[in-house]
Amino acid sequence: MAPMKVYGWAVSPWMARALVCLEEAGVEYEIVPMSRCGGDHRRPEHLARNPFGEIPVLEDGDLTLYQSRAIARYVLRKYKPELVKEGDLEGSAMVDVWMEVEAHNIEATLWPIIRHCIIGQYVGRDRDQAVIDENLEKLRRLLPVYEARLSVCKYLAGDDITAADLCHFGFMRYFMATEYAGVVDAFPHVKAWWDALLARPSVQKVMAGMPPDFGYASGNIP
Amino acid sequence: MATSAVKVYGWAISPFVSRALLALEEAGVDYELVPMSRQAGDHHRPEHLARNPFGKVPVLEDGDLTLFESHAIARHVLRKHKPELLGTGNLEQAALVDVWFEVEAHQLSPLAIAIVVECIFTPFLGRERNQAVVDENVEKLKKVLEVYEARLSKSKYLAGDFLSLADLSHFTIMHCFMATEYAALVEALPHVSAWWEGLAARPAAKKVAEFMPVGTAGASKKHE
Repeated sequence: MAPMKVYGWAVSPWMARALVCLEEAGVEYEIVPMSRCGGDHRRPEHLARNPFGEIPVLEDGDLTLYQSRAIARYVLRKYKPELVKEGDLEGSAMVDVWMEVEAHNIEATLWPIIRHCIIGQYVGRDRDQAVIDENLEKLRRLLPVYEARLSVCKYLAGDDITAADLCHFGFMRYFMATEYAGVVDAFPHVKAWWDALLARPSVQKVMAGMPPDFGYASGNIP
Repeated sequence: MATSAVKVYGWAISPFVSRALLALEEAGVDYELVPMSRQAGDHHRPEHLARNPFGKVPVLEDGDLTLFESHAIARHVLRKHKPELLGTGNLEQAALVDVWFEVEAHQLSPLAIAIVVECIFTPFLGRERNQAVVDENVEKLKKVLEVYEARLSKSKYLAGDFLSLADLSHFTIMHCFMATEYAALVEALPHVSAWWEGLAARPAAKKVAEFMPVGTAGASKKHE
């Protein structure tokens, strides 16, 4: 069976979402590196894979998938269905709820902070503290809800780790490398949850490809 | 009248609340809509925060299960009652449903919602329409719709030749969008247009459309 292929740049938090699920699935896969600054994602050969011109893209035989959460669901459903609570109506509903919470609240809040605190300096963009502060304010309103949730169960969808937790990894990884990590650390159950994620071999493996500067300072511009 | 085991909390004019209602209508499940008032701030009250600590609508109560996030609610309802609409049992089909369900949420809806807010909802928000925001999102939406046109030229529905949650999830946002003057963007694309008409003709869609009276364009179409 040919290994699955994942197209993209490994520093991308969206790519990380797909990669951590592939690692958890324990399945053989190959990263096909692409260059963001080289505009590989806008080339015809990539648009043929993903007409929206984004990464990651997963190829599994004849099947080509995009949108990182769809990739995550497919890989886990195929190889580690317990991580999406397949067959468990209530369990899978809770996985879905917390995947959506991440999708509509966390990514949108952490990404602007990450862009301004980490990436901006390398791409000639002035840091906009107002944008950072606005998103930190949103984060400060979200975290108490996470804290309350993680005080009653070990992971977001229940007492077992699921895709809902794993999908947070990529954006959290970079946010926790900014000077604002203390905002999360102030919530003990959220901090413990994050530490538990960090301890997982799958997360360690994917993190090795995600230097905190996105590769810019070492000349590995994505 | 017996109390329904299934309750949806929220204001039905919201395309998010109505996404949940559409799933229930398609599933043929009895439910009760518990109306809430956005203006009165019902979603900030303790009794609602007990249901959804993020203070948003919709919330679904299905027996002992309380869910929020309209996409999660829709998945749950169909997983329970109409799993074929999720491609359940076929890994590839389920994956394609997931892809286009994500595309709706992250590629199309943010643009359509921005346009709808400016064109329809600014009076309720007490401010003027921001045409620059509209124009920026219209340009992006044109490109996204071209991708939909290409996709729907190859298959009848988004995930393949079967109707799925991926298609249905578009209905409520598009119903609002089609009440703006930018409906022409959809009407200009033959396959997207035909797909839209097919969705809107479904009995469940017609029922839910009645909950979202979004302006004169929508009202006049109702009377056609």
